[in-house]
Amino acid sequence: MASRKRKQKRMLFKSLSNLYAVLVYGFLYAPIAVMMVFSFNDQKVNYYWNGFTLKWYVKLFTDSSIVEYLWNSLFIAGMATLGSVVIGTIGAVGLIRFEFRLKKLVNHSLYIPIVIPEIVLGLSLLLLFEVIRLPLGFTAIILSHITFCVPFVIIIMRGRLSGMDLSVEEASMDLGANRMVTFFRVTLPMLVPGIMSGAFMSFTLSIDDVIISNFVSGPYSTTFPVKILSLVKTGLSPEVNALTTIMIAVILLGLLINSTVQAFIRKRFLTHIKSYF
Amino acid sequence: MNPSESQGEKNTLAKTRNLKRNTLPALTMAGPVTFWMLVFVLLPLLYVVFISFMRRDAFGGIDYHVTLSNYVEILQPVYLKVIWKSIKLALLTTVICILIGYPLAYYIARKPSKLAAKLLMLVMIPFWTNTLVRLYSINLMGQPNGFLNQFLLRAGLISKPLDILYSDGIVVVGLLISMLPFAILPLYASIEKLDKSYLEASSDLGARPAITFLRVTIPLTLPGIVAAVMLVFIPSLGMYYVPEALGGGKVMLIGSLIRNQFLVTKNWPFGASLSILLLLITLIMLWLYTRIAKLDDMEVF
Amino acid sequence: MNEIGEYIISLSNVDKYFGTNHVIQNFHLNVRQGEFLTLLGPSGCGKTTILRMIAGFEDSSGGTIRVQGERVEDKEAFERDVNTVFQSYALFPHMTVFDNIAYGLSVKKVPKSEIKERVKEMLELVQLMGFEGRKPAMMSGGQKQRVAIARALINRPKVLLLDEPLGALDLKLRKQMQIELKRLQKKLNITFIYVTHDQEEAMTMSDRIAVMNGGVLEQLDTPDQIYKHPKTKFVADFIGESNLFDGIAKPAESISAHMENGTIQKEFTVLTASGIFPLVQNVTEESCSVTKEPLDSGSGLPLTVCVRPEVMKYSKCPVEGFSLSGVIKNVIFVGSQYRSLIVMDNGYEVRVNRIKPDQTVSEGERVFLFWDLEDASCIFQRKEG
Repeated sequence: MASRKRKQKRMLFKSLSNLYAVLVYGFLYAPIAVMMVFSFNDQKVNYYWNGFTLKWYVKLFTDSSIVEYLWNSLFIAGMATLGSVVIGTIGAVGLIRFEFRLKKLVNHSLYIPIVIPEIVLGLSLLLLFEVIRLPLGFTAIILSHITFCVPFVIIIMRGRLSGMDLSVEEASMDLGANRMVTFFRVTLPMLVPGIMSGAFMSFTLSIDDVIISNFVSGPYSTTFPVKILSLVKTGLSPEVNALTTIMIAVILLGLLINSTVQAFIRKRFLTHIKSYF
Repeated sequence: MNPSESQGEKNTLAKTRNLKRNTLPALTMAGPVTFWMLVFVLLPLLYVVFISFMRRDAFGGIDYHVTLSNYVEILQPVYLKVIWKSIKLALLTTVICILIGYPLAYYIARKPSKLAAKLLMLVMIPFWTNTLVRLYSINLMGQPNGFLNQFLLRAGLISKPLDILYSDGIVVVGLLISMLPFAILPLYASIEKLDKSYLEASSDLGARPAITFLRVTIPLTLPGIVAAVMLVFIPSLGMYYVPEALGGGKVMLIGSLIRNQFLVTKNWPFGASLSILLLLITLIMLWLYTRIAKLDDMEVF
Repeated sequence: MNEIGEYIISLSNVDKYFGTNHVIQNFHLNVRQGEFLTLLGPSGCGKTTILRMIAGFEDSSGGTIRVQGERVEDKEAFERDVNTVFQSYALFPHMTVFDNIAYGLSVKKVPKSEIKERVKEMLELVQLMGFEGRKPAMMSGGQKQRVAIARALINRPKVLLLDEPLGALDLKLRKQMQIELKRLQKKLNITFIYVTHDQEEAMTMSDRIAVMNGGVLEQLDTPDQIYKHPKTKFVADFIGESNLFDGIAKPAESISAHMENGTIQKEFTVLTASGIFPLVQNVTEESCSVTKEPLDSGSGLPLTVCVRPEVMKYSKCPVEGFSLSGVIKNVIFVGSQYRSLIVMDNGYEVRVNRIKPDQTVSEGERVFLFWDLEDASCIFQRKEG
């Protein structure tokens, strides 16, 4: 048996490391907790607690322009996700399958949006839209978001493709399907998990982006984070806290449901398979 | 007919068939991404390099005359100070991120995989809530009559409110809050990959835990550390919304400077030259990274 | 205490739980100085866990572990005078061969000049002179193996623990390394505790073998004894090939006990489902204590008789005392020998190995089995409690 001293030492180390983890998580979550608490605070200038209220939630749904910006962000994120997944998925397959002169250049340039500071990408896109005389606004934001999402989608898809047995494609063509049919009926279904995680990544990146959107959004159409950035200096009104609290609740619920949904699907799938045997 | 001729004929035949079979699909599949990368990434970047050598005209546009004046202007003490401060704060943020993130990543990596996945999720969730709102919360906490000062006053630890906001310190805290998850993920990945038998071997050979950590754990997780440094340092350097949300106008960093050149004062050529400087620093970091990674590739694998 | 002090490693009453899983059960093991002892068993039998508890990587849940008579449960791995050669070698990938071997000395702050001297000595011992500057990734499996051994031995441990060290090598290299390891062990006179699941490896190298199964020590004996006199059915089955007959032994009608070298030999008749055969057994105190019943009790004694395929004989006509008959199902040539499979009347299959083909019988023919009485060994069924 391990001696008591050795065990005590281990217990001490264990409790210390638990304490440490709690502290770090506390640091990460403190701002969120404060924000949630203040969303129920009966006080416009949110410095101290002045009693419980739900009026910010009421205000949020009755008269507030903030929600509009959230819808803008969701719309932009949706479009950017769609665009980057289509271009990225087809592009990933194309970049693996075919040899062409610009391939190396394209492969290298994929890393540029990932590694360079966002601000540089933002201003270069601003310059581009200026040169091609594209008015700043929704279109510009969506095009910009697609630009920084495509590389992530391609890298995720590549990981998926490299682990895939490509002989099934040859089998498909051997059985008489042309390239088009093979892509849609064999390759694409195999890529679905990669597409899902690529889409998830794109959506997350797009909806949280401040810097690039800040450069390419015009004065009239802007996203939720950019709006908040402009409000931070003058002071956020508490309905933003209320809105963010709701958003976090949705995310947490989504995560919860996600695992239950997965469990549900797995169960259905298993019984489905079992019924064949 | 001589054999080589027929061979050549076959080759051209194969080529035309190849063209028919491959060019169209290649164009439809690799075409869009190629177009996108060229038009939206490479050409704009080249244009930034180009205008960094141009002059600003009187109306905030670009006067197409080659000049080095933008780069000379960077050397003015005012700007050098801003650049130096940006590097200093980004470095500080990076070091603290690693110092805080490494033990936590280690803690998570040594948990059973199911629990580890949940703990990592917990690290990521704040990242999905709007960064600016979180920064604003810190702003509120740090106000002279805010929650933190009230608490300290009531506890009798201070006699008058501390000047928490608008300092370099609070900017670093803000950077930490927004960057910590990016440090923890690569650190976790490399620590999780670390084979426990190396640690056992070191202990078996008589090394105390501290020595094992310094001589085995750290060197073997170096790629993760370097990746974490990259992922924290580069965004921190070009960051402008953190100083804006927490530093008021008082903490000026290179990111804010560039942004102002483009969105406020409309001196695009100067802004471009500043961002080229930022790119150069990034490239130096990348070069260092590939050097370490390559060293790793050659000698570990 | 004194008695235990004679052994370099001594485990008594050692238990180990992983959660609620009882992986080591009341384990006793005494290892002598300079001995090559092998822990042999199928995967999951707990042999590696025993090794890891001795090394200090795993806490025992109960019992005592002594190294040179001194209890070590309180000591961390880095405080114990034993060293390990890992299954995966665990060579530090970021260090050169020299730094790997020097590691143990350098963490003990041995002077640089001495380290250099001793590393050189070790490189000579494992025949890797000139490889100092290489990284492990640039070496073959056999070379890595030698570095791992050198790295452990340079600390002059009292005991070297080896966890399936040859598992990753191909057959030819493995045979070569077996000989080399044995040579090193004899030359340095260091105690080796060696873990393997390869019985042939265990047989060729060990002074003694501890056969384990399901966290329990089945038998601890010399290779020769383990093969010739397996004490449990598991050992008989796991080590080599064997034909096992479960049955009941009854004292022979004409009781003829005779003395030989101080022990009493008794004759029995064994009744099994496959037939009847005679058995001569030394009645020693040990066999009585195992069965907790006098061997010549009238009701008969349940036991299992083990006859190895190479000592099993057959003929075309019955042999006196034996009534075991079956039909030859097939004969297969496997390179070094001819293997015959004989199906007994009750369906039990008996294996017979011959170096030369037997021309006198053919497949499908009925034969009668017998053996020299001293070639059979019997396994008493342990009684619980």
